[in-house]
This record gives sequence, C-alpha cells and structure tokens, in this order.
Amino acid sequence: MPVTDVKHDLDALTLTITADFAAPVERIWQVYADPRQLEKIWGPASYPATVVDHDLTPGGRVTYYMTGPEGDKHAGYWLVGEVDEPRSFAFQDGFADLDFNPVPDLPLSANVYTFTAHDGGTRATYVSTYASAEALQQVLDMGVVEGATSSLNQIDDLIAA
Amino acid sequence: MAEEDARRVDAMFHALADRTRRDILRRVLAGEHSVSALAVAYDMSFAAVQKHVAVLEKAGLLTKRRNGREQLASGDVAAVRSVASMLAELEQVWRGRIGRIDALIASDPEQKD
Repeated sequence: MPVTDVKHDLDALTLTITADFAAPVERIWQVYADPRQLEKIWGPASYPATVVDHDLTPGGRVTYYMTGPEGDKHAGYWLVGEVDEPRSFAFQDGFADLDFNPVPDLPLSANVYTFTAHDGGTRATYVSTYASAEALQQVLDMGVVEGATSSLNQIDDLIAA
Repeated sequence: MAEEDARRVDAMFHALADRTRRDILRRVLAGEHSVSALAVAYDMSFAAVQKHVAVLEKAGLLTKRRNGREQLASGDVAAVRSVASMLAELEQVWRGRIGRIDALIASDPEQKD
C-alpha cells in the first residue's frame, strides 16, 4: 500500500492522507482528468462508480453515481474550485438525487488534492474536511464503504433498527 | 492525529477485525447480554468468548458491569459512531481508492521500474 501517512483531526473533522505513487505527477492527474479512469478508482468493487458529467475546471461540475450490490444507486457531484493542473485541485463533494440535483439537506465536504514530484514518483496529499459530526455520519451512511468497514455498517443497521 | 487517538483507532480496528467479535458487538449493541449467555452462542470455550469481550472492552466498544456472579456486557453505541471511528471508516474508503490508483498505474503499458 502506498499510503505513507494518515492524520485524523477530530476537532477540525479533517482527514489528511498522504500516498506515494510510482508514476509522474501528470499520470496521477490523468486519473482525475479522465472520467473513465476516475470511475475505476472512485468506488469500490461492490459500489462501482459511473461518471456522467466531467468538467475539471474552476466552477465546473463532475457528477457520478455509484451502484450498490442491491442495484441501489447513490448519486453525488463535485463543485470544482481552484484548479492548478497538474498540481492540485479543490472541490466540494456533495450528494445529489438521481437527476443530479444537489440534495440541499445533505452536507458537503471540502476537499483539496495536491500532487507533487517526490522520489521519482508522485506524492499525493488528500485533505477532506467535514462540516460536522453529523455530516460525517451522513457521508458514511450513504454506503460508500468497503471491506473491513461493511461490518461496521451492519452494526449501524442494527442501531438504526 | 494525537497518539492516543491513533492507538484508540488501532484498537478499534483490531477489535473489529474478528468475525466473532463483530457478532458479539452486534448482539450487545442490541441489548445487554451476560458473558455466559454470549458464550453459549459460539462454538468456543467460555474463556475464549471472555477474551473476545475483553478486546472489545479495551477498544471502548462495549462496557461491562457486574451483577452478582454475572458479567453483563452492553455495546457503546456512541463509541461505535464516534468521530474517531467515522474518520477511521473514511480512511478505509480512501485507502481503497489509493489502492485502486496504484493498481491502475501499475497496469499501464511500458511501465518502467
């Protein structure tokens, strides 16, 4: 696993993950700039993503939906902020209905992705900030989980029951 | 992340990495169970179940109280849904994405190592 560092800031509700990839910055940028590649990496195998609109420019929108194991669909959108190709981009990630209208009651997360040349490869820094603990919970309740965490979801279902 | 939080998250993941412990946690989140009643549900010794309960307790996912000769365990719903555990859960989502990026670039043609 190329993850080199993880920071959880419980007060700022921020998750910062650093990863080193064995490919140049431009190659990692492509993963996000090409919707076909983005959908390959955004959702886990059990929740594959389909990217519909894709405009990775300031003020642009990226829309996607994820299809769950029961055929359930979960849509989301990015509102793209600052873009400094191929070094960094910022976006708000939010939930949408299946027509890609933003769901106003659901929280947005603020994200900044940064890619720098490092040791012949790329060091990627992913920073995601959530507005509140409730916002965090809603993000997780949307079913964007995999592997080890689906067990936690079963526990959640039980709490909700 | 503070060292203490990191340790807590590690303990939580360790506790939840075992199927029996996840099952125990589901039961005690639904309501208080005595450890002996839990032990009956599994094909293992009372001592082994007690050990699983201790791991969950250490991770802060369940609390135990004594009632006469019984030990009663109940799940801590707040702990399961604490911010730390939620960030840990998101971390896993991210690790998945990063792993997939790694796999994607590894499958590039003319990969020079």
